[in-house]
Amino acid sequence: MPALLRTFLTSIRRSLPAILSVAVALAAWEIYVLVSGISALVLPAPSRVIGQIAANRALLWANTLPTLQATLTGFAFSLSLAFTLSVLIDFVPRLRRALFPVFVISQTLPLVAIAPLVVLWFGFGLTPKILLVALVTFFPMLIALVDGYESTEPEIEALLASMGASRAGIFRRARFPSAMPYFFGGLRISITYAVVAAIFAEYVGARSGLGIVILNAKNSFRPDLMLAAVVISSALTLALFGATALLQWLVLGWRQAGAVR
Amino acid sequence: MSALELSHIGLSLGGTPVLDDVSMHVASGEFVSILGPSGCGKSSLLRLLIRALQPDRGEILVGGALLEESPPAFAFMPQRDALMPWRRIIDNVILGLEVQGVRPAAARARVRPLFATFGLDGFEQHYPAQLSGGMRQRAALMRTIVQDRPVQLLDEPFGALDALTRTEMQRWLERRWQHARWTTVLVTHDVREAVALSDRIYVLSPRPARIIAEFAVPDRRPRLGRTLSPEAVRLEAALLDTLLTPTGDRS
Repeated sequence: MPALLRTFLTSIRRSLPAILSVAVALAAWEIYVLVSGISALVLPAPSRVIGQIAANRALLWANTLPTLQATLTGFAFSLSLAFTLSVLIDFVPRLRRALFPVFVISQTLPLVAIAPLVVLWFGFGLTPKILLVALVTFFPMLIALVDGYESTEPEIEALLASMGASRAGIFRRARFPSAMPYFFGGLRISITYAVVAAIFAEYVGARSGLGIVILNAKNSFRPDLMLAAVVISSALTLALFGATALLQWLVLGWRQAGAVR
Repeated sequence: MSALELSHIGLSLGGTPVLDDVSMHVASGEFVSILGPSGCGKSSLLRLLIRALQPDRGEILVGGALLEESPPAFAFMPQRDALMPWRRIIDNVILGLEVQGVRPAAARARVRPLFATFGLDGFEQHYPAQLSGGMRQRAALMRTIVQDRPVQLLDEPFGALDALTRTEMQRWLERRWQHARWTTVLVTHDVREAVALSDRIYVLSPRPARIIAEFAVPDRRPRLGRTLSPEAVRLEAALLDTLLTPTGDRS
């Protein structure tokens, strides 16, 4: 797949400035810690954080998997719910007026208050994490899909109707594909929220996960291990973000085709 | 027998009268233009035919049968090309066949030989964004024709093109039409286009639209790319006059 390789190399070249600015910030941090002689209990140097990742790799890996599982399960649940409801809303517009206020209110609930309650009700297992990830990601995905359907060109719908297509046929052939760019826009944002929500849910109450590593490290005054877990969670988020970008590239190939005229 | 006959059609949209007692007929194999000022209800007339709207009064006969009771009679080409950007050109062209229930592979095989005729040879696998405006319009026309419906409805098909491409497309359509003789209803506000392409022209008044004139075009085809006959020149002037007079826009 040479096109894929080319895209990959261009994106590396494009991200050089970003890599550089991150490197500069890390170097400044490292130098500051060296020169000021600040205690590692307050501010550990980046090199020490990396050392902690290496030293605790078994622990970190064992706790990354539950976080990944909670994120993906919760997100999959949220996605299927959002898709099902978006289709229902598209076919029964009255549902939109009935349901949207409820969803908007759900977005106003502070996670700090809701998370402990959900853990209280559903225990330390996977369920509360799935629910919290869904609470955070469901509405943005639903909005992306519903707005995407609405973005369909009226002329394309009139054309399909003139050909004798049914309402379901118009949805399948025009409204659903029209929503894809919106869907991927929502997907990229939501997947990053999903990781944060999963870690927060673990922090509030779980048996394992990156949130638990962070909580334990905090309780034992180990900012270096906390930051090590943060680095892993960032890497996890970036990997998932990259996966959605790749998926978009594969599904929306026609957009690139338009660009290289 | 008329391929299409409208008698005493009246239509209001949201309380505003749009069409007022419109009657017209189109014979089989005839090219008829509906000419009118912008916003006069020309497109609403086409929407009645594709049954996106229902008339308040009057009846529409297709091949002698009531529109509601006849099998689908119209292939519709909307104002902008309405090509789906996510479908390759060949898959855009077979859209109507797909909706009719033809399997995509069979539909592609059926339309593939037509690509040369429509000047799109070699562009089957391209996406619409990779084509020029004129090519997109030809693809949209091809999507209309391959549905194999008795009457083609073209709604200002060249309105969005630049002047040069528009002229090129009009010449091309004239040549294609001379070969194929599709029964065609063209909606336009371009007097020259109507005179160049039509057998007969109906002129609509501003809203609420009535038919204020009907002209037959005497010239022999092809008409584009050579000097118009004196009759055609007079016809163009008369059409412009008819269009401009009722609006009081002459000054």
